[in-house]
Amino acid sequence: MDVSVTVNGTHQSHDVEPRTLLVHYLREVCGLTGTNVGCDTSSCGACTVHLDGESVKSCTVFAAQVDGQSVTTIEGLADTAPGDGMHPMQRAFMECHGLQCGYCTPGMVMAAVSLLDEVPNPNEADVREGLEGNLCRCTGYHNIVKAVLSAAEAGA
Amino acid sequence: MIPAAFDYIRAASADEAIAALAEHGDEAKLIAGGHSLIPLMRFRLATPSYLVDIGRLDDLTYVRDAGEHLAIGALTRHRDIEVSDLVMSQTGLLAEATRSVGDIQVRHRGTIGGAIAHGDAASDIPAALLALRATVVSKGPNGEREIAIDDFFSGFLETALDETELLTEIRVPKVPDARWSFQKFNRRAQDWAIVGASILLDGDRAGVGLVNMDSVPTRANAVEAALAGGADAAAAADVAAEGADVPSDLNASSEYREHLARVLVRRGLEAAGRA
Repeated sequence: MDVSVTVNGTHQSHDVEPRTLLVHYLREVCGLTGTNVGCDTSSCGACTVHLDGESVKSCTVFAAQVDGQSVTTIEGLADTAPGDGMHPMQRAFMECHGLQCGYCTPGMVMAAVSLLDEVPNPNEADVREGLEGNLCRCTGYHNIVKAVLSAAEAGA
Repeated sequence: MIPAAFDYIRAASADEAIAALAEHGDEAKLIAGGHSLIPLMRFRLATPSYLVDIGRLDDLTYVRDAGEHLAIGALTRHRDIEVSDLVMSQTGLLAEATRSVGDIQVRHRGTIGGAIAHGDAASDIPAALLALRATVVSKGPNGEREIAIDDFFSGFLETALDETELLTEIRVPKVPDARWSFQKFNRRAQDWAIVGASILLDGDRAGVGLVNMDSVPTRANAVEAALAGGADAAAAADVAAEGADVPSDLNASSEYREHLARVLVRRGLEAAGRA
């Protein structure tokens, strides 16, 4: 079936099997491998992308369901913010050392940006609860939370 | 895993969805947010030949004040319910239970109708709707009908919905002055409840719904009767597991679940102000 999606601002149209999951569409059809597959069961959040600006787990969405909608992945995030090629959330993760192995990072960053859209001035508890759908198996949560709070303070 | 192959049908209206169900019978499944169905399809526990996508039926996405009750469209997403001023002020228990579903990404996709139609005893929403004594509205080839929430859950992952019916609306009685509590015990954030309890105290009337204490979402009839008879929180909670056919699995034995139900109901009653 034909699926048309705006991915990172670019119109994409492909013939895909109805059972194609959005994460596989992004990685294998669009070639955008920044979105990771972790648990594959909507638990870990590594595959988090934005669908019409809101965080979703792309392993639990069919590409067919998002026909006509707009998807942003980690590759397109910087384009949504003015500056030098890095979104303020990405810079905050870098400055606060909000990553260890880095596998969960794309999903964490996408979830965090969506969280600040909905809760612009979060406290630490808001951030920890807001990121409950993203697992970091290095257990590096402390600096991740610091990064999100710092990005919020900077008005990301 | 990758789901088994299926044909995809996007419904442009409720009637189109009902027509597709009528044509394909039990070979077809409705998909809304898909956050119960897609995991089942990925494990190949569900292998529908046709998927009828109702996700774009925006006229089934609403929260309205309908006088005595709130009318909530079946396709209203969890996230929209948990932040709705109407839901928070008129049926606060539902907002609280909704907030405990999955995580924010899941709540951006999952819908209240999907959570109920899935009929899962481990889901948080049905227990809250039992405590609130909600009514479900469905639409089929023969028109609309109302189903009391107590008649809706008919067996393990089974509901009173006919295979050609679409769930359209949930009617939740307004209880602005009620006191309530939602208690959930799980091992990790975002996990399903091992046991949960929804407590609603509205004047003389009590509603108590339990999560994961039977093969279907369950009303704690014995607790409600004890409260009506004037029992205090501890005495009423003592009968929390009465009459339930309590499941046993790798997370908890049935005895442990019974213990949890008594503790959570007591905590919930106390949190809602019952001495």
